[in-house]
Amino acid sequence: MTLLDGFLARACLAAVGTALAAAPLGCLLIWRRMAFFSDAAAHAAVLGIAVALIADLPLRAGVLAAALAMALGLAALARGGRPADAVLAVLSHGALAAGIVAVALVPGMTVDLEAYLFGDILTTSRTDLAVIWAGAAGVLALLAWRWQALLTATLHPDLAQAAGIDPERERLVLTIALALAVTIAIETVGALLIAALMVIPAAAARPLARTPERMVAVAAALGVVAALGGIAASWWLDAPTGPAIVCAATALFAATLPFGRRA
Amino acid sequence: MPRLRRRAVSLVAAEGVAVALGGRPVLTDVSLSVAAGEIVTVVGPNGSGKSTLLRLLVGALRPDAGRVRRASGLRLGYVPQRLSLPDALPVTVRRFLSMPRRVDDAAAAAALARAGCDGLAARPMQGLSGGQTQRVLLARALLDRPQLLVLDEPTQGLDQPGSAAFYRLLEELRAETGCAVLMVSHELHVVMAASDRVICLNGHVCCEGRPAQVAEAPAYRALFGSGTGGALALYRHVHDHAHDHDHGHASGHAAE
Repeated sequence: MTLLDGFLARACLAAVGTALAAAPLGCLLIWRRMAFFSDAAAHAAVLGIAVALIADLPLRAGVLAAALAMALGLAALARGGRPADAVLAVLSHGALAAGIVAVALVPGMTVDLEAYLFGDILTTSRTDLAVIWAGAAGVLALLAWRWQALLTATLHPDLAQAAGIDPERERLVLTIALALAVTIAIETVGALLIAALMVIPAAAARPLARTPERMVAVAAALGVVAALGGIAASWWLDAPTGPAIVCAATALFAATLPFGRRA
Repeated sequence: MPRLRRRAVSLVAAEGVAVALGGRPVLTDVSLSVAAGEIVTVVGPNGSGKSTLLRLLVGALRPDAGRVRRASGLRLGYVPQRLSLPDALPVTVRRFLSMPRRVDDAAAAAALARAGCDGLAARPMQGLSGGQTQRVLLARALLDRPQLLVLDEPTQGLDQPGSAAFYRLLEELRAETGCAVLMVSHELHVVMAASDRVICLNGHVCCEGRPAQVAEAPAYRALFGSGTGGALALYRHVHDHAHDHDHGHASGHAAE
């Protein structure tokens, strides 16, 4: 396996770790009709990077804080009876634009924000890899711990509350897990593509599953296939890696479409 | 005559409860209590706050004023009004029964059989008919061996034989397990036959008592008309709400 020299092996491991953490999150977001929430969190991450660079803070701390602030802001604004999709769009686009403007306005700042929008998985370091897998394990452990409650709250908030589950608390759990996933993945697959890696494999998995757990498992498998297939394609075609991964995921989605039965 | 009601332990009670939703007052100063083993039906016109009242009692909603008491350790089975599951969430009947508490196959099969819907375990929830969905929801509620079943218009969308069978099933369950039943219903004729107590709601408790007493109460007649026309009047009546507010009338009788 001459292909698997150091940096490529690390890229594959980074992509696989991200895809595994993204699968259950993507499923939960789709079930809750919050697919664009992953976009918003990723856009907030760009603002977080800008703020971290300006304030000279660790990048990942800035990303995590911004993604969490976005989620909490959304929850607070949506509770006031405003339409959730409009609030989401405002926060999402506002955060992205503010991040780009902030970086441009600071004199002497020579940051290539594009690197964070699209990521550069081929430069994954051993430290990055450790962060990704530790973060992915954290996300999966958190979701596994709260799974039954999260699922019931997603299925029917009233049934959940009658069973003593607080849907608001479960939404917070999902929010934290999402912010964590965006944080670990931003430097590899990039902000704009994390959302795709969450939502597309999950959407592709829907026709192949009859239970929630199976949908997560299939989404994880498809995510891993898309990640490895995308890296392989980018290697052979000399194409940008992150977008190649998303193209591979989209192709898998198209491939599972015929299995979808309209109920 | 059931005379034990006053001594029986209250499973769930509302005390002077008020709720506003979206700035509109839905319930004002509502007090009621459900005792062990009784079948209580809440009737009232559309928009009278019936579902809101049930959601308050099961803990899905917090009152703005007053309070809701539940007996400590109360096992409660809730059957909500509509189950609109997201299409993107694949879930079989069997998997649904294990939410949020996981149950083994034997318990799941027994609950499905008791609710009259065995053989559905492998079916996707989204593909069930209205009647099947109600029975699966009931099966799920039965899994916790509830002391109190709370059902919000459980026979909505069922035909007459279907809803009659459903109410019979509830009475059988009460006889077998001694569980209390609190439900909302639009079907006055069935309610009058199947309930120990009827609560007539229209933002507040208009009257309550045994079915025969409530049917005679002026407040009830103002809402639903009288005689066999009562069932139809439910859907026709105007919300002028000019009936006299002699609230204590029927409940006074009932408590004697």
